[in-house]
Amino acid sequence: MNVTIVDYNSGNISSVINSFKEVARDKVNIEVTSDLNNIKFSDKVVLPGQGSFKSCVDALNSINGLVDTLNEFVINNKKPLLGICVGLQMFADIGFEETETKGLGWISGKVSKIDNQNGKFKLPHIGWNEINILKDGKIFKDIENNSHMYFVHSYEFIPEDKSVISATTDYSSNIVCSVEKENIFGTQFHPEKSDKIGLKIINNFINL
Amino acid sequence: MLKNRIIPCLDVKNGRVVKGINFVDLKDAGDPVEQAKIYSDGGADEICFLDITASNENRETIYDVVKKTAKKCFVPLTVGGGVKSVDDINKLLNCGADKVSINTAAVENSKVVSDSSKKFGSQCIVVAIDAKKNGDKWEVFTHGGRNNSGINALEYAKQMEKNGAGELLVTSMDRDGTQVGYDIDLMSKISSIVNIPVIASGGVGNLDHLVDGIKLGKASAVLAASIFHYGKHSVKEAKEYLDSKGIPVRI
Repeated sequence: MNVTIVDYNSGNISSVINSFKEVARDKVNIEVTSDLNNIKFSDKVVLPGQGSFKSCVDALNSINGLVDTLNEFVINNKKPLLGICVGLQMFADIGFEETETKGLGWISGKVSKIDNQNGKFKLPHIGWNEINILKDGKIFKDIENNSHMYFVHSYEFIPEDKSVISATTDYSSNIVCSVEKENIFGTQFHPEKSDKIGLKIINNFINL
Repeated sequence: MLKNRIIPCLDVKNGRVVKGINFVDLKDAGDPVEQAKIYSDGGADEICFLDITASNENRETIYDVVKKTAKKCFVPLTVGGGVKSVDDINKLLNCGADKVSINTAAVENSKVVSDSSKKFGSQCIVVAIDAKKNGDKWEVFTHGGRNNSGINALEYAKQMEKNGAGELLVTSMDRDGTQVGYDIDLMSKISSIVNIPVIASGGVGNLDHLVDGIKLGKASAVLAASIFHYGKHSVKEAKEYLDSKGIPVRI
């Protein structure tokens, strides 16, 4: 099996690579590339993302044919994709970080700044927070409710259809921290930095 | 609920831990990779490496240390010490650091902070502030505490937030190495004027100091080095103690 981590200059992805390689060992082949053919023929794709919504969307668009290839992979071929952090946020129709920017539109909704109640809550939301699992998501197999995950973000994804939400976390309000819609998976938190429990989520995705 | 973080810090010189945990079963007490792994297995919320390598020839050693550690530790790794440019930050991130802390370079050229946070995202840019009390204010020191910049630490903290720092690592030079506790006044003042998380550092001698840093100093995270050295306290003990004092921690 081939799992491809999309390398599209979206910031630091070495931790994502390290964690997937740790989990995959010799059983699964982990590719790190933006090569369209590689992505097309892989079994699963990981879409990381650091920095702003706009910078990530711009970086995706700057690689000719990448968005089309991802659309084909996810929408036409219905193969599994995991978005991490801004990788998840880009599933939305639109994001408001820096300036209004169009997302991939795979899951209807928007990405807006977390309401920090006039400074009552510090931003970015950095650190370990518990996740409240709302549905038996496939990537949450054997993950206990209220497990701790590592977060770093200031923006949140607000999907229109609430049934896609698989987990939330409490920070000033209930923030969407995981979505699952058919073959599309996303985590706002960083499984690659969430210790053994995070690696388990990565393992669940690899074993889908 | 967001948990307060405990961050053990390891001083690394020429690729070796200077003051580390002195466990009997350690194969190599000077190996930063092994020490970091012990901390992360023990429940550390993050690991911090402070590179205190003095000579330029040996500066490359830290990259190798970070590379090896990042393959073994799956909690956030912050690396600081001697970071001068956007290029240095890029190299550390590529080796597997999740955050880079910038100290002297941020004072000398604040563009390093704004440029790097634009390029890599503010989530990985930590500005380290070494502050020392002078009369009724605190001044920012550089070059490992040797030079006084004369800059007001509170104004500087505010400025660094504006420049794009994702977190502030605040060390009291008066308290560092004394084991009498954090400078609570400094921590709470900075924490109350900025909207980004503050990591308290400098002066921890016992577990109550960690409690004070969070409760009174309003820090989001507490960094300590020496209390975890030589096995005086484990990270697990520290967390259980904080938990018993009603502080939310990841256990």
